[in-house]
Amino acid sequence: MKKKRIKSPYASSLYWPGGVIYMVLFFIPTVLSLFFSLTRWTLQDWEFIGFENFTLYFSEENLRIGFRNTIIYAVLTSGLKVIFALYLASFLSSKLRATGFIRSVLFFPTLVSTIGVGITFSVLMNPYEGVINAALKWVAGLFGKTTDGPGWLIDPNLLPIVSIALVDVWKGVGIATLIYIAGMAAIPRDYYEASSIDGASTRQQFYQVTIPLVRPAMFSVIILSFVGGLRSFDLIWAMTGGGPGFISDVLASINYKQYTSGYYGLSTAGNVILFVLVSILVFPLSRYLNKKEVVM
Amino acid sequence: MFTRDKGLKSKTKYRSIWADIIGVVVTIIVFILPFYFLVVNAAKSQEESFRLNMSPPEKWLLFQNIAKVISDYDWHVLNATKNSLVLTIFSVFFLIIISGMTGFVMHRKRDKVSGVANFLVLTALVIPPAIVPTIWVLQRIGLYKTLAGMIAIEVAYGLAFAILIFRNFIGTIPKEIDEAAIVDGCTGWNLYFRIIFPLLKPVSITIGIISTAAVFNDFTNPLYYLPGDENATLQQTLFAYVSRYSTQYNLLFADILYITAFPLLAFIFFNKRIVSGMTAGSIKG
Repeated sequence: MKKKRIKSPYASSLYWPGGVIYMVLFFIPTVLSLFFSLTRWTLQDWEFIGFENFTLYFSEENLRIGFRNTIIYAVLTSGLKVIFALYLASFLSSKLRATGFIRSVLFFPTLVSTIGVGITFSVLMNPYEGVINAALKWVAGLFGKTTDGPGWLIDPNLLPIVSIALVDVWKGVGIATLIYIAGMAAIPRDYYEASSIDGASTRQQFYQVTIPLVRPAMFSVIILSFVGGLRSFDLIWAMTGGGPGFISDVLASINYKQYTSGYYGLSTAGNVILFVLVSILVFPLSRYLNKKEVVM
Repeated sequence: MFTRDKGLKSKTKYRSIWADIIGVVVTIIVFILPFYFLVVNAAKSQEESFRLNMSPPEKWLLFQNIAKVISDYDWHVLNATKNSLVLTIFSVFFLIIISGMTGFVMHRKRDKVSGVANFLVLTALVIPPAIVPTIWVLQRIGLYKTLAGMIAIEVAYGLAFAILIFRNFIGTIPKEIDEAAIVDGCTGWNLYFRIIFPLLKPVSITIGIISTAAVFNDFTNPLYYLPGDENATLQQTLFAYVSRYSTQYNLLFADILYITAFPLLAFIFFNKRIVSGMTAGSIKG
């Protein structure tokens, strides 16, 4: 113990590799972005122009759409994952023979290429030749009705971003379910035994025991999927490229478009806006959720 | 009491048969059919795949199609496979080594530095990276458009999540083990790499699997930091082929299937490990 006081056996130099990489490739660029967002920038040299990038960014019509879509996408994907995964997890935690099969199948899309999933679903969602609308027509036919089915990805309103969000849920619900299952496994059996002796039905147990005690897992799911939703780019880019027009653009895809057009300062300003948006939404949310957490 | 108990049991048993059937049917429709669609269309001839339906191919051309995808455009996909594998293997290796040691010292040495490090890890989990300034930094240090630079980026972006999981796991390793080693004169880097790191095998495998999937399937970061045809990763080829193969759906789907084969094989071999590892890691985060 005396030795410890003289010189700690835990070497601070273990921080170095991680610290250097984090500083050079994450922290410094983040700080630099605050400066470069105020410049007209060619990557070789820059010209300071104050807040012009931001005023330009906010004056564009399609930016409003991008903002709206980013929020819709994040709320929809995280909301649906939180709800679906909760029911799926409680379904899979009950005594079923097919649990192993369903769990594996549910989880597999998480490992698959997002671009591959996006391309496949954009073909399935094709309004004229797609399998989904063909199936809808067939089902409608069973009830003696006719339908053309919705124009999933080409609709001029909100439908494209909603369709992409549904595919995102398809791909990500497995991992959310796993987090819930782990949370449910951690609930002591005593609570269920005690409540069933008191005459609680399965449904009552689900709402009165499972949901309150699975909160920590629920909050992990909310935060992880909300952050992922706000930053999402690849699925949207693979399915619609932000189109038709700018209908399904989000902040991340607008930033990419400005980057490819060579507006580096403007793209960096967009990055800062995304950064601020994520921070003002997620940090208060996580503080609020942490406060509500019950101690088991 | 007993009768009620029995009643409950038989009730759940009765339900579970229907629940089983409904569960399996819904799973097949929602999750298996898209993959089935992918496989049958990847095995069709060009004219047949153009109809985009679910019917099985008249003649199975799966391997011919995949071979064509790999050899097309001067073996472009083969080169991309090499790039993807190099990128994934090196990124995951360095990620495990670096995040493990950081997580260890963060957990064991509680001081001002560990407080700051904790804060930085949590921020890095949430905020999006500043992309164009990162390109500028990479250009300054000569790593832009290089695989080495891309590996460093993947490590930097994967660090926060991996450190968090390592730190939580290290919390379950008793400090007495450190102390026994310290008494024997094993300190500093030796303490970590000789004594602790071998104990982290299960969590290292978990991180390995999660980050392998993340890096292998990463599209966005190589898009920004690793442009250029000869640098393309598999995800890049897939995206490029949407326009290249716009009339040859069979080849497009064969390419998707070829790329999916890598995680599929991993999934078949490590399924149990993945599922248990993911749950162990994620719940405490």
